[in-house]
Amino acid sequence: MKQIEAKNVNAYYGDNHVLKNINMDIMPNSVTAFIGPSGCGKSTFLRMFNRMNDYIEGFRKEGEILIDGIEIYHKNVKVEELRQKVGMVFQTPNPFPKSVYENVVYGLKVQGVKNKKILSEVVERSLTQAALWEEVKDSLNKSALSLSGGQQQRLCIARALAVEPGIILMDEPAASLDPISTAKIEELITGLKKNYTIIIVTHNMQQATRVSDKTAFFYVGELIEYEQTAKLFSKPVNAKTENYISGRFG
Amino acid sequence: MGKLKEKIIESLLAVSGLLTILTTIGIIWVLFSESISFFSHVPLSDFLFDTQWTPLFVNKQYGILPLVCGTFLISIIAILVAMPIGLTIAVYLSEYAPQKFRRVIKPLLEVLAAVPTVVYGFFALTVLTPFLQKFIPDLGSFNALSAGIVMGIMIIPLVSSLSEDALYAIPKSLREASYGMGATRFQTAFKVAVPAASSGIVVSVILAIARAIGETMIVTIAAGQRPVITIDPRDAVETITAYIVQVSLGDVQHGSLEYQTIFAVGITLFIFTFILNNISFWAKKKYHQKYE
Amino acid sequence: MSKVKINRIKDTIFEYVGIGSTLIGLVVLAIFIGNILVEGLGRIDLDFLMSLPSRKPERAGILTAWTGTAWILGLTALIGIPLGVSAGVYLEEYGKKTRLTSIIEVNIANLAGVPSIIYGLLGLEIFVRVLNFGGSLLAGAFTLALLILPIIIVSTREALKAVPDSLRQASYGMGATKWQTTWYQVLPAASGGIMTGIILALSRAIGETAPVIVIGALAYVPFVAQTPMDEFTVLPIQIFNWVSRPQHAFITNAAAGIIILLFLTFVMNGIAVYLRNKWQKKINW
Repeated sequence: MKQIEAKNVNAYYGDNHVLKNINMDIMPNSVTAFIGPSGCGKSTFLRMFNRMNDYIEGFRKEGEILIDGIEIYHKNVKVEELRQKVGMVFQTPNPFPKSVYENVVYGLKVQGVKNKKILSEVVERSLTQAALWEEVKDSLNKSALSLSGGQQQRLCIARALAVEPGIILMDEPAASLDPISTAKIEELITGLKKNYTIIIVTHNMQQATRVSDKTAFFYVGELIEYEQTAKLFSKPVNAKTENYISGRFG
Repeated sequence: MGKLKEKIIESLLAVSGLLTILTTIGIIWVLFSESISFFSHVPLSDFLFDTQWTPLFVNKQYGILPLVCGTFLISIIAILVAMPIGLTIAVYLSEYAPQKFRRVIKPLLEVLAAVPTVVYGFFALTVLTPFLQKFIPDLGSFNALSAGIVMGIMIIPLVSSLSEDALYAIPKSLREASYGMGATRFQTAFKVAVPAASSGIVVSVILAIARAIGETMIVTIAAGQRPVITIDPRDAVETITAYIVQVSLGDVQHGSLEYQTIFAVGITLFIFTFILNNISFWAKKKYHQKYE
Repeated sequence: MSKVKINRIKDTIFEYVGIGSTLIGLVVLAIFIGNILVEGLGRIDLDFLMSLPSRKPERAGILTAWTGTAWILGLTALIGIPLGVSAGVYLEEYGKKTRLTSIIEVNIANLAGVPSIIYGLLGLEIFVRVLNFGGSLLAGAFTLALLILPIIIVSTREALKAVPDSLRQASYGMGATKWQTTWYQVLPAASGGIMTGIILALSRAIGETAPVIVIGALAYVPFVAQTPMDEFTVLPIQIFNWVSRPQHAFITNAAAGIIILLFLTFVMNGIAVYLRNKWQKKINW
């Protein structure tokens, strides 16, 4: 039973045709990696799953994206509800300039949850899931900006987990982190797979092999190859994929 | 040869820069020297605490409080108009408006600040006051209310453009984080962007207050010349600036105590705006550090 | 109703409040200007432009006022532009980060916040009395030049900042001196931005009333100024004078004067915006 289904998706920025006829199915409780050179459309595609492109002027799409069988661009779908189900972690850690606690509860507060007890429980649960609880449990009221870069990114993951999304989109979540923090994030992703469906955009092919079940290779707006990660990296079918993963361009 | 020429040019340019310092020294010296003669005749305590300002009457009293009161009453009215509207505009333009709309509307809003103040004074006296009198029967033909409202309209662009700059400086990633959690633009604006830009917004409001306190022609034309302590916006009042104009228009002898009064009230005004401006520089420095 | 729905309604309501707020100031201004046009447009004719002031409203004109404004515009430009641009060039191109330049910077920011009437007091003491210019055009022009100096300096600096460093490097690389680089390359490249600042500053100067009143410009000047040492009046003062009279005919005169003043202001601002747009396209190569 597939959780995400993209059918004939095309996307444009003004006259720029950035995604060309993409079809893809994604299974629940899996990690899918999007790879490809800069500007290949992988981030644009990722951001379509929670409609983060909506506010970009000149953005236009064709085709359908179904999540749990529902077309997410349908006019009856409320984008705010969609984003509560499809969380996102960004390239650089972007905690709000507020306390650790306020960051984690933000999504719930946005939904109108005010009960202190529920909020505290969620804070502990999310931070634990994000493997940050032990490090910050005594400083929940400290500014999130005082954390290290790696901690900030795990806080952003906790913030996304707090609203219990089914799907988490990660746009190069370790791009700005040091190797140790990166390893922690990767470990976290593997652990989260039990409860969440994760899609991760990455430039780092080792990372893709380490964390993902399936990998999709994009090139100038086209989905070139979409396969089991092990297979894609060992026996790529397409010559472009092979060139890319062996480092001949990109 | 060439080296010497370069040196001479650099020195000439530097002199122009130094002239600005000379201007400041000039302002302070002028205000101080005339005020000192004033305060040798009028005790500072009278000036600060007496509640009557009647230097042009036979029974002369030199308490600046009525002028300060008039100045602040009108400034408060102006801020009450400019702050909510200016902030709403800033939030709307930075968080909602399409780029095209922003590009067209921003220069148009600047027009509000470009209209000469004497013109605003005319509006307040001949258009707004008669209009308001329909609803507020005991509104005088000179009153603080109209002058304050019109001044508020004039300083809207000051609040809106500086606040928008502050909002604009907030990294896009913070907004995305908020949208990504399912927040609406309204929630993102008021839970994330405005708090993060708060010091910049405070700067804009402080500068607007400083501007309002120093504004002259609107109040001279529309608020009257009655130095009284009141908080009733329907009353005619006199501001510090309006008093300076009143004296300048009359026939006051140089060196007389009446002449010196305009410098004594002038230095008071200068101190107010100087303090407000420096608070705003300090706050601005703080928020620049935060995002660099 | 679900929370999401309520949030969406709030979002939409604020959108309309936002549009309303953005337009309200402009709408009010439009109403004001509409009123002025109705009141004063019929009063403007050649006689109004070419007549001396008079105690009889129907015979009064703005000849001395607009010629005074023209004089002030020219003289203020002559004094203010070279000083302001030089100071801006010094701070941006020459001023290494020394103590002196940072003092000058803070000082300029402070001067920009000094109320215009305080400049009037400065002019009254320094130019009118100490330098003995009296209530002349020269005293007025010097006072207003100091008033607009911060605007010219700040906009000059911003225009210079926008000039890409590669241009300077290229010029130095050819063996040019600092001044040659500044004069032949950087200033021409920045000229559009500098001109914009100058025009906005001058438009501010001709709209100023308070400082000119304080230095003693007169409301009633029965002759056209011939030299910079002559006494003078300007449009804003003439308008102010008419506004403060009780007879309605003078209000009509004031409205007519305002139309002329606003016309000048808007034309200057329009030119400035046009230049800025044109220049910004050019500088972003």
